[in-house]
Parts: sequence; structure tokens; C-alpha cells
Amino acid sequence: MTHYNVERWTRSGRLTVGAALAGLVVLVLLPAFASGLVIDKLTTLFIYILLAVMWNLLAGYAGLVSVGQQAFFGVGGYLALRLVDAGLPPYLALIAGAAGAGIAAIPISTFALRLKGGEFAIAMWVIAEVLRILVMFDPLVQGETGTSLLALNAYDPELRRNLTYWLGLGGLALMLAGTFWLLRSHIGAAAQAIRDDEDAAASIGIDVMRIKQIIFVLAAFGCALAGTIWLASAITFLPRTNFGVQWTVFMLFMVLVGGLRTFEGPIIGALIFFLLQEVFGNLGVWYLAGLGVVAVGFALYLPAGLWGSWQQRSGLQLLSVNVVLRKSGQSTETP
Amino acid sequence: MSSGPTTDQPMLEGSGIEKYFGAFRVLKAVDFAVAPGEAVGIVGPNGAGKTTLFGVLAGALPPSAGTVRFAGTDLTGTGAASRCRSGIARTHQVPRPFLGMSVFENTLAAARFGAGLGERAAADCAAEALERTGLMHHANRPAAALGLLDRKRLELARALATRPRVLLLDEIGGGLTEAELNLLVALIGQLKSDGLTIVWIEHILHALVRVIDRLVCMSAGAVIAQGRPEVVMADAEVRRAYLGGGVA
Repeated sequence: MTHYNVERWTRSGRLTVGAALAGLVVLVLLPAFASGLVIDKLTTLFIYILLAVMWNLLAGYAGLVSVGQQAFFGVGGYLALRLVDAGLPPYLALIAGAAGAGIAAIPISTFALRLKGGEFAIAMWVIAEVLRILVMFDPLVQGETGTSLLALNAYDPELRRNLTYWLGLGGLALMLAGTFWLLRSHIGAAAQAIRDDEDAAASIGIDVMRIKQIIFVLAAFGCALAGTIWLASAITFLPRTNFGVQWTVFMLFMVLVGGLRTFEGPIIGALIFFLLQEVFGNLGVWYLAGLGVVAVGFALYLPAGLWGSWQQRSGLQLLSVNVVLRKSGQSTETP
Repeated sequence: MSSGPTTDQPMLEGSGIEKYFGAFRVLKAVDFAVAPGEAVGIVGPNGAGKTTLFGVLAGALPPSAGTVRFAGTDLTGTGAASRCRSGIARTHQVPRPFLGMSVFENTLAAARFGAGLGERAAADCAAEALERTGLMHHANRPAAALGLLDRKRLELARALATRPRVLLLDEIGGGLTEAELNLLVALIGQLKSDGLTIVWIEHILHALVRVIDRLVCMSAGAVIAQGRPEVVMADAEVRRAYLGGGVA
């Protein structure tokens, strides 16, 4: 019998991972050379990339379009505040807060994932609003007034900046690697099958609810981690800001512009968004409206996004989550 | 074409299956059973409830009443995924490929989840399903690039990759040329002699009779005749159902 090999790594894939690891080393060492301003800006960029990759994981790879991911962004920050208040060291609390939001996503998933399409999207927004209101009842948060993570003031400002930067870099690197690994596993294949046709996926033995739950919880944890890193860099916690729907608008924009359903696209989208934010960020409401118009324009006229379209045209893929079947010739070996 | 089916307990059995869509009664107390290794054909006019019966047997649709048993075990309350894993595979009348994945990835997922195989074994199983269905040369193409006929082949390949014990085929032969149909009939006959239990909904009777042991005719949500194909097709009620006259 002819035997086949499944190829998961391409040459360009190996090169890309090598380059990314080299880039990671440079970024880890960067605080020794770069100014505080650069470090702060890069921390913000890491948050954007993390958010974009998480939204793409959810919507692009599992077909779960959510407009309520700010729920986890906010809950992560809130739990971190609560844990610091309970005496946990701040940076540990930031990680534990994100993990707590990931755990909170499990019960939320059991009812949110019963809904489909637009109903799921809107339900997530409602959940985010409900959670925001609940958090505002906590005396620690003081309603609309909000609070600050004052415990971070105990650190020397430069050390604090660098620790937050490393937390953002480490969190992003781990989440990128973890997401890539998950998407290339059979779980990722199942998620894509569910995205393409849920009933057909069930008909070949895929436990639709369980797979959706895995993706949902991972994306919730990633958004919550972005929320705690944001809290560490902004210090203040304002329910209206941390639970703001603008986070989801940003995610949507980055993913649609960069390229839904590609691994690299959201990273490109986050870079573009970061630059736009630098140039137009002070224009307020008009800037947000402009983002919305551009995102809708991409959805209508360039649905594959910049990276996706370029990929279709050039045929080049840097990081593929797909597998290729190769004939390995005659063989007597049995697997 | 083969020795008669065994008369032990049925491989797959639906008893007293009722199905309502709203107030509309699509299945009326249908009793259906297929013996291990048997091949059964189902015919009937459009709207007879054939595909709905498949949905109930495969777990995609919960019955309004009745039970579904597989190899003696009651599976009525279970969903499509667990039924597939226990050995019931189906193809869809209108192909439902995973369009964002390659042809091979479609079957690989089926082997991985439906057959519960490890990574290497799943790859071999998926490749074998592609070879049997003549799709190997398309393995690394996107499923979205396939035409209708190849999508039908992919339906069959994906179902086979789940390593089923019962295969439910829903109009897999429609739209094929005579030569393609001959290949398909040969393949299904081969699957039957491999020991697979087969239920095949098909309008193309001359293809059906080359494989099946027994023919079931459905009309207006009920089984109106079953038995040897030539006897069923000669039945007065079957002729009436096909040619009209009774229920519009």
C-alpha cells in the first residue's frame, strides 16, 4: 500500500518562526537600549496584537463573531484589582486576574454558545454590559468614578514600565505560540469545520459544543490578559473605559483590515491600527467613526483584508495552520 | 447479489418514529430496520420523508416520538457526533463540504474525530478514503474549488473516513454520468462485501438494484411497501404513489 506523509511545516514557516524568535530576543533586551516612550508604545502595540489575534481565533477560525470581548478585557482588570486588594503582589495578580476571567468564561460559554450568529454576537455585548454594571456595584470600584491600581506605585517608575513591557511581551509571545499550536492541532481543524458547517461537523463526530468552548475560553483568557496589561500601563480602572465596546471595534478593525482567517493578518492589522492611533488618536469620536467606515469598507470590498488579498495573489504563506498530504512512495512499514 | 442478510438483531433500527415540523407531520410512526451487512434502498416521491428519516437515524434531528437503536443500544437521546463515533455515518443530499479547508483536511478531521484515530493512523485512513473515492488527485486543493460531482465524492470520502459500521447514503448518485454511476455502484458494492451495512436513498432505481438486498418505498411520511425490489416496484400502492392519483 502506498503511504503518505502529512506535512505541517513549510520552509517559509520554519524561517518565519526563526525570525520571530530572533525578534523576540531583541525585544526582550530592548529596555536596556530604548527610551521609556518607545517601551510604553510597544507595550500598547503588544496589547493590540493580542486582542486582534484573539478575535481572529474566535471569529476567523471558529466562526464565533462576538461584539462583547470587552467583557473579559474588563473582568480581567477588575479581578486583578480585587486580588491586589486581597494582598497578592501586583504582577502576580495581573496574571491571576486574567486566568480568573478565563475560568469565568466557562459558565458564560455554557449559555452564550447555545446562541448562534447574530444572537451570539449581541448576547456577548449584553453580557459585557451586565458585567460592567455588576462590577460598578463593588465599593472598591466606586461606581462610575473607578479606581487605580495604586499598589504599582510601590515600584520605581522605570522598573514598573519594564515589568509591564515584559509582561506584555511574554504574554503575547505565549499566546501567539499557544494559538498557533492549537490551530494546527486537531482542535483547530475541528473549529474550522464547525465554522464552515456546524451540522456537517457534528455528522463526522466532532463534539461541536466542546470545541467551541475550548476556543471561547482561550480567547477570553487572551482578551483578559490584554485587559490586565492595559491596567498595568494605564493604572486607572474606569468601568466605562475598561468595559467599553470600543475594544471590540478595535479588534474588528484590526482583523478585517489585516485579514480574517489568516494567522499573520491580524498582526499586520494591529500594526496599521497602532500607526493610525498615533496619527489620528486625538480626533476623538470622528476618529472612531472613521475606523468604523474603513472596517465596513474592507468587509464589503476587500473581505480577505490586506494580508489575505496579498496572500491570494502571491500564493505565499508565512505561517500556515494547514496540512498538506505528500506521497512517500512504496513502503512496507505499517503505522 | 449476495446471500440473504442475517436475521439477528438489527444493526440500526427506528421504531415508531414520529417527526413533526411545527404542526406538519413528516414521519408517521415509521418502523425501519437494517440487518448487519444488509444493503437497503429507500425510494419514494419527493417529500416522502426519506431525508428526514436519515436525519432522525443519524441524530441530526430529534424524533418527536419513537426510538432509535444501534446494535441493540438505545441511542434516541444522543446527538449526531456521538452516533457518528459509535459507527453511523451519513452523506448529505446537498453536499456540505468544509469550504475553508482542503479536501484532505476534510477527510482528516473525519478520521480523527469520527474514527477516533491518532494523528498518523488518521492520515492513512483519510488518504485511503480519498483513494477509494477517486479524489486523491484533488487532496490538497481547497474543497471550495470542487465541482458538484467531486463534492458528492467528498461527502462519501468523509463518511468512509469515520470508519462506519452503517453508511447512510442520501442521493449520492444523482447527476452522475452512466460511467460515473457504474464506478459508484462498484464502490458501494465493494463496501457492502467488506461488511458495511448500507442504507441508500436513491431515485436511480437501476443503480440501486445492483447493490441492495431489499427495497423500502416511502410515501407521505410512511413506509408503504418493502421487500424484494421487483416485488415492491410492482406494488399497486407504490405505482400510485409515484404516478399520482391518491394524495396530491
